[in-house]
Amino acid sequence: MDFTLTQEQQMAQKMVRDFSQKEIAPVIKEHDRRQEPIPFALKRMGELGILGICLPVRYGGAGMDYIAWGLACEELEAVDTSLRVAMSVHTGLCSMTLFQWGTEDQKQKFLIPLARGEKIGCGAFTEPGMGSDVAAMVTSARKDGENYILNGEKMLDLLASKADLAMVTVKTDSSTKKTSTGLSTFIVDLHSPGVKTGDIHGKLGVRAGATGWISFTDVKVPAANRIGEEGEGFKITMAGFDHGRYTVASGATGIIRSCLEASVSYAKTRKTFGKPIADHQLIQEKIARMSQDYEIARLLYLKAGWMKNLGKRCTRETSFAKKFATEASFNAATEAIQIHGAYGYSDEYDVERFLRNAKGAMIYEGSSEIQTLIQSGYALGLREDKPLRCEAPAYDEKIWQG
Amino acid sequence: MKIIACIKQVPDSEAKVKAENGQITWGEAPLVINPFDEYAVEGALQQKEALGGTVAAVCIGPESAKEALKHALAMGSDQAILISDPALSILDTAGAARVLAAAVKKIGDADMVVFGRQTLDDGTGLTAAQTARALGWPMLGLAGQIKVDGGSVQIERVTEEGRQSLKGKLPAVLSVVQSIGEPRYPSFMGIRKASKAEIPVWTLADLGIAAPETVVKRLEIVTPPARETVVEIIGGETPAQIAEQLADKVLAEKVL
Repeated sequence: MDFTLTQEQQMAQKMVRDFSQKEIAPVIKEHDRRQEPIPFALKRMGELGILGICLPVRYGGAGMDYIAWGLACEELEAVDTSLRVAMSVHTGLCSMTLFQWGTEDQKQKFLIPLARGEKIGCGAFTEPGMGSDVAAMVTSARKDGENYILNGEKMLDLLASKADLAMVTVKTDSSTKKTSTGLSTFIVDLHSPGVKTGDIHGKLGVRAGATGWISFTDVKVPAANRIGEEGEGFKITMAGFDHGRYTVASGATGIIRSCLEASVSYAKTRKTFGKPIADHQLIQEKIARMSQDYEIARLLYLKAGWMKNLGKRCTRETSFAKKFATEASFNAATEAIQIHGAYGYSDEYDVERFLRNAKGAMIYEGSSEIQTLIQSGYALGLREDKPLRCEAPAYDEKIWQG
Repeated sequence: MKIIACIKQVPDSEAKVKAENGQITWGEAPLVINPFDEYAVEGALQQKEALGGTVAAVCIGPESAKEALKHALAMGSDQAILISDPALSILDTAGAARVLAAAVKKIGDADMVVFGRQTLDDGTGLTAAQTARALGWPMLGLAGQIKVDGGSVQIERVTEEGRQSLKGKLPAVLSVVQSIGEPRYPSFMGIRKASKAEIPVWTLADLGIAAPETVVKRLEIVTPPARETVVEIIGGETPAQIAEQLADKVLAEKVL
């Protein structure tokens, strides 16, 4: 077994690290405080190819593999969650869903501008009355000739107000016995008549990330924009979450690393009772835990990335990685604040922002509770991966970079 | 335009350099492309973009220095060459200049050779000028802007007194400063290319020169003794009281 990253992966990681440390780290605190997205962040990530990192060059991507994608998420969220969020919704939920399920025409039309960052995409699944229970959604689409007419409202959609396109799952058939078989997924142009979007303010964390709502009033969506077949929406959405959760897991790993680095640096310089607090065993215990959790979180997401590269389904492994890393990042942040004492409680240091940011990831893209059910389902033999009509393609350097 | 960027691999800027058994060591600190040389590569790439042509990155160093060259490739250089030879393990700036001049000649037809203003480790800033001397080419140092016009090159140099414009005939050797522009990040396309690149290694025999004689020798390398510094903040009710206490302290400590 070889744990070494390839040179390509290492160089990609360093590039994303340099970008986030040089361009985002100096300004993030101010934007988080003002609850405003950093205006140039998405544009720069697009220009640098980060938004299409794991997609083939022929679809406008950077041709890197899924591990490089995870490493990029770790680097981005080590600075701020708002950056990684773009990788989850734009790249994970929107572009990867198109890549996995879209027709060649749909890829040419929608995936290329998304991968190049010329257009911004998001995913719209949650509704005011439903979250984890995807099958219970009420937003609907009815067939009308060559179009579908969409009505309803989606909530807590990251990048909703910034996006040009949204991957939207709605109910197309309410007569099915199993609700989940009555759902379909569409790629919707958010500039269409009848679409309204807005931002949600007053969030606990990810304050520099635009989180909003999208409402659809008689929105005409061409049937050609339906992803997959009618009734396939639930499967497509769940497959999309496999990608999204992978980014959440690798990103949260970045929070753990940043908490660890901040705590080590502070503990070595801050003195109490005549010695650096790093010499006190109760501080060492906290640092040891962060350091161990970072290692575990990293191994878990790298394993999922390795499976993705091989084209293997990794719903189970991604669930482990997502639940562990998000919970460990929340724990690392609260302990980092404890180590920083009164300073950590103010926004003079980054650790309080890490705590606020970490909490969200325990809720979105499948809450910790949903992850627990997924995991017990696999362990008890109640859940098995059935073959999908379109599996996520295995990474092949020749195809990706050709 | 055929441009050659001369780069060096150095310990990371956060490395703690110390002397051990008369040798310099920076422990486990990572080795990176000399940060000043990233500006050299950036300046070279800007000229390539403006005028067309190629950029070759050249580095003297051990096998590990290929990493610095890969960075230059990932930024957009077309070619990278490592010069490595056991006889080059001890090298002063004049020696490095002779080796680099030989490499420039071997590459052939270069219009411009670009250096960073200095290295982060030795920091002499001499090699560019010495390479120009060895080649017999004009030297235009500390360029903040470069403009090629036909067979000549003009640079802008900012000094404390004002701005200087210098013009020289090509081929020429230049050193660049930060105002040339922030070095670009490696692109993913560059990363893909760099990670697959086979970097040729040239020895002194390939260059057709003997090991240059070292004229500057280090007689002794020692770590400077650590200075114990204590900061004391003097308080008091009134400025006069504080000043009085301060004066007493200054006299007691024999600072004055």
